[in-house]
Amino acid sequence: MTPPHESSSSAAAVPPLPTREQTEAMIGDVLAAYPPRTAKFRARHLKPNDPGGGKECEVKSNIKSRPGVMTIRGCAYAGSKGVVLGPLKDMVHISHGPVGCGQYSWGTRRNYYHGTLGIDSFVAMQFTTDFAERDIVFGGDKKLAQVCQEIKELFPLARGITVQSECPIGLIGDDIDAVARDQSAALACPVVPVRCEGFRGVSQSLGHHIANDAIRDWLLGTREPAVEATPYDVALIGDYNIGGDAWASRKILEDMGLNVIAQWSGDGTVNELATSHHAKVNLIHCYRSMNYICTTMEERFGIPWAEYNFFGPTKIVESMRRIADLFDEHVKARTEEAIARYEVEFDRIRKAFTPRLKGKRVMLLVGGLRPRHTIGAYEDLGMEIIGTGYEFAHRDDYERTNPELKDGVVLYDDPSAFELEEFANRLRPDLMGSGVKEKYVFHKMGLPFRQMHSWDYSGPYHGVDGFSVFARDMDMAINNPTWGLLRAPWTTAEVAS
Amino acid sequence: MTTIPAAGKIRDHNEIFRSEEYLEQAERKKAYEQPCTSDEVAATLEWTKSWEYREKNFAREALTVNPVKACQPLGAVLASLGFAGTLPLVHGSQGCVAYFRSHFTRHFREPVPAVSSSMTEDAAVFGGMSNLVEALQNATSVYKPAMVAVSTTCMAEVIGDDLQNFITGARAKEVIGPEYPVPFAHTPSFVGSHLTGYDVMVRGILSSLTEGRKAEPNGKVNIVPGFLPSTGDLREIKRLLGLLGVDYTLLGDHSDTLDSPATGEYELYPGGTPLEEAADAVNATATVFLQEGSTRKTAELVRHDWGADEVTLPLPVGVANTDGFVATVARLAGVEIPAAVTAERGRLLDAMSDSYSYLHGKRVALVGDPDLVVAVTAFLLELGAIPVHLVSTNGDEAFASKTEEVLAASPFGHEATVWPGKDLWHLRSLVHTEPVDLLIGSSYLKYLSREAGIPLVRVGFPIFDRHHLHRYPIVGYGGGIWLLTQLVNTVLEELDRTAPDHSFDAVR
Repeated sequence: MTPPHESSSSAAAVPPLPTREQTEAMIGDVLAAYPPRTAKFRARHLKPNDPGGGKECEVKSNIKSRPGVMTIRGCAYAGSKGVVLGPLKDMVHISHGPVGCGQYSWGTRRNYYHGTLGIDSFVAMQFTTDFAERDIVFGGDKKLAQVCQEIKELFPLARGITVQSECPIGLIGDDIDAVARDQSAALACPVVPVRCEGFRGVSQSLGHHIANDAIRDWLLGTREPAVEATPYDVALIGDYNIGGDAWASRKILEDMGLNVIAQWSGDGTVNELATSHHAKVNLIHCYRSMNYICTTMEERFGIPWAEYNFFGPTKIVESMRRIADLFDEHVKARTEEAIARYEVEFDRIRKAFTPRLKGKRVMLLVGGLRPRHTIGAYEDLGMEIIGTGYEFAHRDDYERTNPELKDGVVLYDDPSAFELEEFANRLRPDLMGSGVKEKYVFHKMGLPFRQMHSWDYSGPYHGVDGFSVFARDMDMAINNPTWGLLRAPWTTAEVAS
Repeated sequence: MTTIPAAGKIRDHNEIFRSEEYLEQAERKKAYEQPCTSDEVAATLEWTKSWEYREKNFAREALTVNPVKACQPLGAVLASLGFAGTLPLVHGSQGCVAYFRSHFTRHFREPVPAVSSSMTEDAAVFGGMSNLVEALQNATSVYKPAMVAVSTTCMAEVIGDDLQNFITGARAKEVIGPEYPVPFAHTPSFVGSHLTGYDVMVRGILSSLTEGRKAEPNGKVNIVPGFLPSTGDLREIKRLLGLLGVDYTLLGDHSDTLDSPATGEYELYPGGTPLEEAADAVNATATVFLQEGSTRKTAELVRHDWGADEVTLPLPVGVANTDGFVATVARLAGVEIPAAVTAERGRLLDAMSDSYSYLHGKRVALVGDPDLVVAVTAFLLELGAIPVHLVSTNGDEAFASKTEEVLAASPFGHEATVWPGKDLWHLRSLVHTEPVDLLIGSSYLKYLSREAGIPLVRVGFPIFDRHHLHRYPIVGYGGGIWLLTQLVNTVLEELDRTAPDHSFDAVR
């Protein structure tokens, strides 16, 4: 087994990528620790990549996690409150149920916004009905109604309320839809009930879908914009503005001559969502969490939608041109001008960082988009992805992933903490990219790590401005002196050969 | 290779969005936001700082805003991690476990192993027996713990899953051996708080491990610290007991589990109270509980079943509380208090005499778990500081009367009001209408600190936005010096920040 990461002066031999057979063997090895039935289940989720997307290497996904394996997944409440609706800044999001769910998701997601906290913006706050035993026994509808009234009184500038259901709500048979309807009328503002109880579905994913449907049913198409329409109106969908990502992406779209009329949902507002149906095109970054509303808007309003990728120069330029193709010569010309300007910046970053990062091998495990979407950014800096996987992706995400990776690269769906650790131990990447629950495990193993949900408190990573920050951070993680100091000189641990 | 990339300046979110182009972008975006006017925002902001708003705020009956409270199973997970080789298993929805792990990881900056039985919608109908059985099988095969401590999420509680029944079933299916320890506790999230969950899990673990183990007295003193998310505090308690020469068992001890070294190898179960020692705890001479709010059920067990001396003490923060701890433990263990301990006490008093002038008369708002609030209040009074607003969302009447007692015993305690059950939005009104000089509490007080311009000393849980504070104690004489250091230097930073040039003294 190779020793922990050495200083980057050993830029010598980069180990070759394993073949499909070698990856299969590694997978088999790791599965041996499981009871046979569990091994059989898990085997369907661990495959070597086939860039052609062949049936043999198809990864099973979006099904229940096996109990007790230490899945990294969360639940539907997290997908709804944490991911999709929580970032909406001018709504109050009630965590409806006991105190815990809202507490553990308070201020922990870096969906940035402009606003005055507690006055016209409510993102980094914890609003809850703090269920006690009597609420379980007698139901929480009356309390919910009173909570809505108290919110309107104490937070008069709130533009609306969402009710994020926690597990007990669905189990005790509360009728939050009725309360929401009543309170919407009484308070003259949208009150959106969301049935995102944690036991629904198998991960955060169904929570995204439920939240999208709630927007569809209670907000979509309900208002007309105050601003005149233009032929260049677009909605920026599926960007949660982590560390300012959406602002960095919006800059590119505006440089292209497009007019962004709504951000779904980072730094987003009720009004943007309610007037979005006037977009000429919907541009979606996080496909997994918001493809649903794009499909709805296409069916209901005839709005076409396009997926795009603003991670790294290659994908940015490719996406810009593909988007520009949906518009006129004016946009195409503006786009080429912007690309020319951006190339100067891209060059500066590539020149500075590629020599330091070339050949470095990266393993990723993120949510539903980034395990494939960031590959281009790493490759733009000369790095290589040697393993990737998702917490809660579906088949269509894996279909989009296969062509982005080389043959034989290991793909893991809903990996357990054990599997991730085992793969990392065998593959010894130069950099791990995953979440906060994984970070300190890999640090203790001597593997540099960057959080790829929260950007490790950095960002933005999207767009032109984000690429420089991304490059700086990957360099910092890999090249910090700490990694070379882990083994005490007097220990009898194995020495590098 | 150069060590500094030749990239020039790289601006991240801290700087880049202040640039003109991004400020203009934000202005353009407003056209689609239907935003409030800046006048509306300013007027409302002012209104929310008023007495009128405070009254409405305190008239709330149903809404909770920014509470300082978490749910039972979170506490159960910490309790489990205090015992050697123990894997917490929370039976119910898997999202909860993801949250408990990330919550503790953000505070300790450590891995927090825990597994879920991953119940989904069909388990809500049929019950979670098969989930728990499979969870035990998978977890023990893969993670090889010496013990699995089981608690519950509210889903499992609402549908009425019976843990004892299920665990017996798991043994019947031979998924775990007949003697393999699987203590359990029901931890409904809609009852009490994380303190309750900690308590019942410790009780469950001790009840299980000590069964049939009554034997000859072992001459030890048990120390049950209660919910203490500070590895520094646990280490300081152990160090102090070591100085006293007391033979002790710490029930539980997550000081290594949640503060392990980085060596290049990841260890799943570093440290924790050895299970054999925990089993033998029933034969101790005496048991000392350090925080009433998270040890009362365990104290009932000891009182009822173990039949030895037991006493509940305040968390040993400050001079009198630490004196009480030292004297009580020394008496129970039958040891003389050594000069080294007296000297430590002397050093704390020395530090207090160095620094009191910057803390005397300072008005303080303090927020946290009830036992932390009572204990730190006592220390503040010893420094001549003036507690004004004391908030504990999960504090009950017992906490309130204990705190009133402590306040009444000091001339500096007369301006305080104790607020059990209130949240940080209540605190905001309190501070805006009756300002203070210092805030003491978790990272969640930072918004108020910034808004009101009052410095925050981070003590308690969770502390997410500063590093390594939990590695340092606030208990004991040593912890008193550390806490005093934090308090006085925060006051001095603020003094320097606001001082007129002539008062910008080199020596303070």
